[in-house]
Amino acid sequence: MDDSSAPDIDRDTYWKKTIRRSLALLAVWFVAGFVMSILLAEPLNSIDFGGIPFGFWMAQQGSIFVFIALILIYVLSMQQLDREAGVEEDEEDTPPPTAH
Amino acid sequence: MSIIGWTFLWVGITFSVYIGIAVWSRVSDTAGFYVAGQGIPAVANGMAVGADWMSAASFISMAGLVSFLGFDGSVYLMGWTGGYVLLAILLAPFLRKFGEYTVPDFVAKRYYSNTARVVAAVAAIFVSFTYVAGQMRGVGVVFSRFLEVSVTWGVVIGMIIVGIYAVLGGMKGVTWTQVAQYCVLIVAYLIPTFAIAYTLTGNPIPQIAIGEVLPRLDGLQQELGLGAYSGPFSNFSMLNVFCITVVLMAGTAGLPHVIVRFYTVRDVKSARWSAFWALLFIGLLYTAAPAVAMFSRFYILDSFAQLGASGMQELGWVQNWAQTGLIKTQAWTDGMAPGALLDTIDRDIIVLATPELANLSNWVVGLVAAGGLAAALSTASGLMIVISSSLAHDIYGEIINPDASDQRRLLVGRLAIFAGLVVAGLLGIYPPGFVAEVVAFAFGLAAASFFPILVLGIFWKRCNRQGAVWGLITGLAFTFVMIVLMRAHVVVPGVETPILDTFLGINAQGIGVVGMVLNFVVTVAVTKATPAPPQDVQDMVEQIRYPRTLSAEELRAGSA
Repeated sequence: MDDSSAPDIDRDTYWKKTIRRSLALLAVWFVAGFVMSILLAEPLNSIDFGGIPFGFWMAQQGSIFVFIALILIYVLSMQQLDREAGVEEDEEDTPPPTAH
Repeated sequence: MSIIGWTFLWVGITFSVYIGIAVWSRVSDTAGFYVAGQGIPAVANGMAVGADWMSAASFISMAGLVSFLGFDGSVYLMGWTGGYVLLAILLAPFLRKFGEYTVPDFVAKRYYSNTARVVAAVAAIFVSFTYVAGQMRGVGVVFSRFLEVSVTWGVVIGMIIVGIYAVLGGMKGVTWTQVAQYCVLIVAYLIPTFAIAYTLTGNPIPQIAIGEVLPRLDGLQQELGLGAYSGPFSNFSMLNVFCITVVLMAGTAGLPHVIVRFYTVRDVKSARWSAFWALLFIGLLYTAAPAVAMFSRFYILDSFAQLGASGMQELGWVQNWAQTGLIKTQAWTDGMAPGALLDTIDRDIIVLATPELANLSNWVVGLVAAGGLAAALSTASGLMIVISSSLAHDIYGEIINPDASDQRRLLVGRLAIFAGLVVAGLLGIYPPGFVAEVVAFAFGLAAASFFPILVLGIFWKRCNRQGAVWGLITGLAFTFVMIVLMRAHVVVPGVETPILDTFLGINAQGIGVVGMVLNFVVTVAVTKATPAPPQDVQDMVEQIRYPRTLSAEELRAGSA
């Protein structure tokens, strides 16, 4: 690879950043799914959230919304990281779909 | 038109679509047969994952379970969605970059062992068969209730339909049929849910309507002397809710029929997007299910409060379902407790009965039946592909006859699907009493076996064969023995009580957590005590971490 297209970060940094971002997202996953929805569900249930006790709402609704958002953030942030490190796939590189 | 007329119409239309797709998507090579030529767009794959994942259990049984368990039913709602976060971040993109046909392929190459391939293939077949038996049973139940044909004929019709598109189209046929089936099942689930939400609260969005229904339901529960519906830990202890949720999540991420769907897309970027679309599409049903659970419970308890048990016997839906034996009205007496009345209602009928409960039109009732069939058939066909690829690719193509031509492999793959369907059908017609037991524990076994060694295989280059093999054996053996000790009394004649009640307070459904932790610990410990894996395996691990294919020089430079 020549210097003009040199990526902003090297592969080691790419992988370290991938790990760090993954751990951060998994920390949120744990807090939403386990801390708020299970471990603290009883105390949080005393908070009224639009007619629904908050601990119960987190366990049956909120946690699922958080999970969906986490994957979206992961996809977008990894695409940006791929570009920074120059490891994204070239559109022409990938094999075309096999005809039937 | 009657319920049965509408059901015939909906089932006829949807089945014609599935057959049409099968004919259109015939395949002629093994890449098409096992991974749909790796050309499925991310959004379509997301729908296919949704249909593949949401089985008869999600569509027909889950809301009923939640309705009866209240807060503690959250284990299923969170467990069967949170696993996708693990899958998206820890597994899917990397396994797609690895890019072969099956999960045993990865295990065999990463741990440089054909023994590991056979163990993984056998585990995949075992998990898939236990699952598929439940699907075929679901098909039979829908047919017998709504189309008034016997369970046996229902199962046979289901087998023929799956057979046509799976044998002809392989993964490609299955994928595009699953896209259609997702659309059918989600429409069938949401239309009645919207209608009921609107009737009860004037707001059609179920996720908002629950804000008004829950206080009424909790009030009604109190009036009838039941605990609050939203109160936690009345059925399971906090420890068990925690452990079961972990097991269901890790098990979801380790199930072969879900993982293999990520092999069918074009590239790593599409694999990541598929995971997002998949959970979004699954979330549409999973956030509506707790609303269905609340609505149905509210209707039932409200009728009970107003009419009493004897008055309820006059209701149309009670009479319809009493005929099938799934509501035991003969046990109903005046002045019976509401809890006792709920115990006579089979949990599996809640979703199918809710449209009748709420007096919705007959066309909606028929549509729900078609949706239940779509959910069961789509999961069954995805499982058939896993069974076929494990037998024909991993065991026949890699171990028994590695020199087989592509044509021959394709033929063996088709024969394997056919054989798998016959066995699945027989399991559906003559269900062994322990199917439900086994399905619930497939997750524990998947969490304790595949999940740790897949994750370590990607994130820890040093992890070697000795570690993985011993970790896998420890995790599987521990979980299996514990489940047998705790549940043998359900299956084995002559054993009256559980040999072991709990392990440190954890019940059989949650015990996979301990097996999973043991697997991680043993894998790491044994790996540390034995030599590092060969350089080419370490290079492979380096390679799968980056979306673009790295050249040999780049790999050398990077490892310096």
